Amino acid sequence: MEKIVLPDIPNFDKIDTYLANGGFSAYRKALTQYPDDIIDQVKKSGLRGRGGAAFSAGLKWSFMPKTTDKPKYLCVNGDESEPGSFKDRQIFEYNPFQLIEGILITCYAIGAKTCYIYIRGEYHKWVKFMEKAVETAYEKGFVGEKMKEVFGGGFFCDIHVHKGAGAYICGEESSLMNSIEGKRPYPRVKPPFPAQNGLWGNPTTINNVETITNVPAIINKGWEWYASIGEPKHPGTILFGVSGHVNKPGVYELPSGTLLTDIIYSYAGGVPGNKKIKCVIPGGSSMPPLRGDQLEGVKMDAESLRMAGSAIGTGGIMVMDEDTDLVKVLARITKFYYHESCGQCTPCREGTGWMLKLLNRILRGEGSTKDVELLVSVANNIEGNTVCALGEAAAWPVKFMVTRFRDEFEARVKESAAREVVNKVHSMRRTVNPISPINI
Amino acid sequence: MEFKFTEENLQKIETVLKKYPEKKAAVMPVLYIAQEQNGYISGEVMKEVARVCEMPEEEVLGVVTFYTMYHQKPIGKYHIQVCTNVSCMLRGAYEIYDKVKDQLRINNGEVTADRQFSLEEVECMGSCGTAPMIAVNEDYYENLDVSSTIKILESLK
Ligand SMILES: Cc1cc2nc3c(=O)[nH]c(=O)nc-3n(C[C@H](O)[C@H](O)[C@H](O)COP(=O)(O)O)c2cc1C
Ligand code: SF4
Ligand code: FES
Repeated sequence: MEKIVLPDIPNFDKIDTYLANGGFSAYRKALTQYPDDIIDQVKKSGLRGRGGAAFSAGLKWSFMPKTTDKPKYLCVNGDESEPGSFKDRQIFEYNPFQLIEGILITCYAIGAKTCYIYIRGEYHKWVKFMEKAVETAYEKGFVGEKMKEVFGGGFFCDIHVHKGAGAYICGEESSLMNSIEGKRPYPRVKPPFPAQNGLWGNPTTINNVETITNVPAIINKGWEWYASIGEPKHPGTILFGVSGHVNKPGVYELPSGTLLTDIIYSYAGGVPGNKKIKCVIPGGSSMPPLRGDQLEGVKMDAESLRMAGSAIGTGGIMVMDEDTDLVKVLARITKFYYHESCGQCTPCREGTGWMLKLLNRILRGEGSTKDVELLVSVANNIEGNTVCALGEAAAWPVKFMVTRFRDEFEARVKESAAREVVNKVHSMRRTVNPISPINI
Repeated sequence: MEFKFTEENLQKIETVLKKYPEKKAAVMPVLYIAQEQNGYISGEVMKEVARVCEMPEEEVLGVVTFYTMYHQKPIGKYHIQVCTNVSCMLRGAYEIYDKVKDQLRINNGEVTADRQFSLEEVECMGSCGTAPMIAVNEDYYENLDVSSTIKILESLK
């Protein structure tokens, strides 16, 4: 199968290898067309954001004002701090120049002269990889003023790497912009949206690293080609990061719509000890968990997952076997959101704390049935009442974990004898599905 | 004690300032440079950073306190960060974390008496596919178990 974002070419992170394989030909091709045509092609390709919300990239770009005297900006979001997500670092390490080429095309399309690549602070090593790649690109004249000579066409843009310093919330786009501006990075109230009022009040587009890395292939091979890969409503390949109880955890680039069971059992090698699966979180820790007995037939793309009662998120698949203590898992997830809440909105700040307290109480064996109900009600009160989507990110796992595994939570607050029952339910029959061939 | 950037670091700051249209935007990289020079971010450091970035000291404090990676107190020569988030937890992170506490005889947020080690329980580090993991200063150690973690600690002593 052909890969778009992480091709199996040795040394693809070296500029010479990248050039030998057609590097920067997509940007050259883009230059022969009008910016609006580029936006149109990306729109038609069906490319959707890989940072969580799966919003149409082309549509987002089209919101950028065409006639304005203000400088325009592109921010590439490599904050990658959602638990279960570890895919963008693969791009920094193995395909930095395709990301850079994607940035050039995007900047040309939206008319941005400056791009900031925001990388989480803990990724020291990957920040260095990316800084090195950007430096090399400057030296070769592929970025900056010299672009005008190297590529012709009169357009040029600058790329800077901005290193975060340990805060999940900075992945939220308005928090990210405040972080770059050197402010305390509280998320901003929307509207106004970034396309009108972004970095320093100027028109700004924010896209995920993986989203932008797809762009050169779309320009080179055409939107029709891209739109034909995987599921039509969410086409292309997706980087799936599989972690937890699997034999071969890792990042797998597969067509959208690949069966979740194929990813777990075939690519990721199944569950250690041939155990059954109790629970899978399919898109990073803030997405609704799926029950192990409801995984059959679930396809990995935005629409299919929505139908299955979850969401694609960052494509981070967390697998939990039959012996997993889900109360412990949920308490750990909630501790994370409690820790990462920026504290601006009361429902999020207080609600995450209450949920954590309730869960810890249940964990200690001191919980009651009322506590389980209270958990769901606190989660419901956070949802929709906050400035940013961290509120939902904290509420969803609680709400859906409790409602989908209610017996597990209830058994936990009843006599310990009843707990025996718990591990027997929810588990999926162990199957090895044949991999459905998908040709791209 | 008054804090002044070294000549070399002042040059680094010059380069960093060029990346942004406003000096204030350079506060994060400038704080990193300061932390590298001073070991941690003291009040004096913030005063100097505020001067360089032309912003009020309170705002620098607001930035420093928001992030986990700016340290307001000295940390150990080896800052041990153990991820205990879900993907690591599922593969034994808490056993590792407990063992590290045991071995170093310190708790979360503490520094050993000889200032060699400090310990921090951290959130997901983006290594879930190679879990469990710890980081020592800037370096990741992945695919660990209790015994390989101990070996890493021993090698640092
Ligand atoms: C709390 C929170 C954290 C987020 N973290 C990230 C992140 O680390 N990386 C990312 O690309 N998007 C993240 N997002 C989504 C961004 O706000 C934004 O939608 C995304 O970067 C847009 O890019 P895309 O359209 O290409 O997906 C986060 C959102 C929220 C609410
Ligand atoms: S929802 Fe939470 S993280 Fe988002 S702005 Fe409100 S308090 Fe901050
Ligand atoms: S959960 Fe530990 S690195 Fe992601």
